[in-house]
Amino acid sequence: MSIHDFKESNFIPGNGGLDRKVSTRPATSLSCAKRKCFKMLDESPEPGWLSEEVKTGTTIIAIEFDGGVVLGSDSRVSAGETVVNRVMNKLSLLHDKIYCALSGSAADAQTIAEMVNYQLDVHSIEVGEDPQVRSAATLVKNISYKYKEELSAHLIVAGWDKRGGGQVYVTLNGLLSRQPFAVGGSGSSYVYGFVDAEYRKAMSKEDCQQFVVNTLSLAMSRDGSSGGVAYLVTIDKKGAEEKCILGNELPTFYDQ
Amino acid sequence: MDSQIKGVSTGTTILAVTFNGGVIIGSDSRASIGGYYVSSKTINKLIQVHDRIFCCIAGSLADAQVVTKAAKFQISFHSIQMESPPLVKAAASVLKELCYNNKEELQAGFITAGWDRKKGPQVYTVALGGMLLSQPFTIGGSGSTYIYGYADAKYKPDMSKEECLQFATNALALAMGRDNVSGGVAHLVVITEEGVEHVVIPGDKLPKFHDE
Repeated sequence: MSIHDFKESNFIPGNGGLDRKVSTRPATSLSCAKRKCFKMLDESPEPGWLSEEVKTGTTIIAIEFDGGVVLGSDSRVSAGETVVNRVMNKLSLLHDKIYCALSGSAADAQTIAEMVNYQLDVHSIEVGEDPQVRSAATLVKNISYKYKEELSAHLIVAGWDKRGGGQVYVTLNGLLSRQPFAVGGSGSSYVYGFVDAEYRKAMSKEDCQQFVVNTLSLAMSRDGSSGGVAYLVTIDKKGAEEKCILGNELPTFYDQ
Repeated sequence: MDSQIKGVSTGTTILAVTFNGGVIIGSDSRASIGGYYVSSKTINKLIQVHDRIFCCIAGSLADAQVVTKAAKFQISFHSIQMESPPLVKAAASVLKELCYNNKEELQAGFITAGWDRKKGPQVYTVALGGMLLSQPFTIGGSGSTYIYGYADAKYKPDMSKEECLQFATNALALAMGRDNVSGGVAHLVVITEEGVEHVVIPGDKLPKFHDE
């Protein structure tokens, strides 16, 4: 066996080109995340946040129960390999009892949410009552579809209205589809199996909250672009209740 | 990544899980070209390299077949020289050497699982570049992305054989349900000190989940 000309890159685990995101624990500091990410040592001298687009590469989830919905998200915003915000709340208010979860390009997603927030306010004044969740989802879908070439954001819209109860709508790429639950963002790939196996019809509100927290925790521990804290919003006919679960309070699984 | 491999690839789901007294290694049975043509619905990805050692392949099918053939030869030769059954780690190392030394040309990853007298049931992963890692359980292939969350949540150390079979079957079924290049039947092999048992679960007998 000949002596190899050892390159640094030979010894970096995961160098086989597997395209999966490298797993990191929820980052509690920027340097911590950098240390734990396996990177090529010949990185470009300019930091990622100067040149890379800011994405909310993320995990978002929404699930309906009888009487409302629960939305959940992580809190990491990345620009290339840098975490530019580790505590962003990706659950954005569209109306009193309608929220949306943001994923994809941070700028695109925030802009869509703000535009729809404004349009919904006007609409609800015009009709004289709280808007339906379907209306909010349709407004998001209209923007996503019309500008689908320019935008790259995916919003999950969920809320409660008196006509339909709790509802979850998916607006990926400009489609509009109502589902009992939805996951999105880069971290969602890792938890498709888990949500398929664990979801049951007619779960209670507490079961749904636990389901959301478990799913977020699993995704955050496998997806390099998801992490930080978990935000939860529970919406029912009484209103919306926001909750933040810190990294060390998240459920842990066998290897943590 | 698997679906970008030229030629026939086993865009696939493979896994191996240890339980109390043995190990289960499993895979789907689909081979596809470019992710849009299924070239085989019933391919066997579980290769027996020795009496109690199996490996399963992910990536380019041609590469995997050549490497496992070479490994099978080297392992039986090694076991004759040592006059005893080979260690699972030895089998995994043989695969690793082949993958690492030919890393530029090859595009295949392996999971090796088996039972030996020294350490009992073991699972080893050999990744694309030639990294060798021992784990209590491991998943691989394109379909494995979708079951990371499920596997993390549901795996328990020291399961019984029945629990482990259920875990492996569920994991394969979930991955096959979400990954378009995994499918067909589920092949499972249970390896214990006593022997080797093949279980084949046809597509319609796989566990169904909420939306099916």
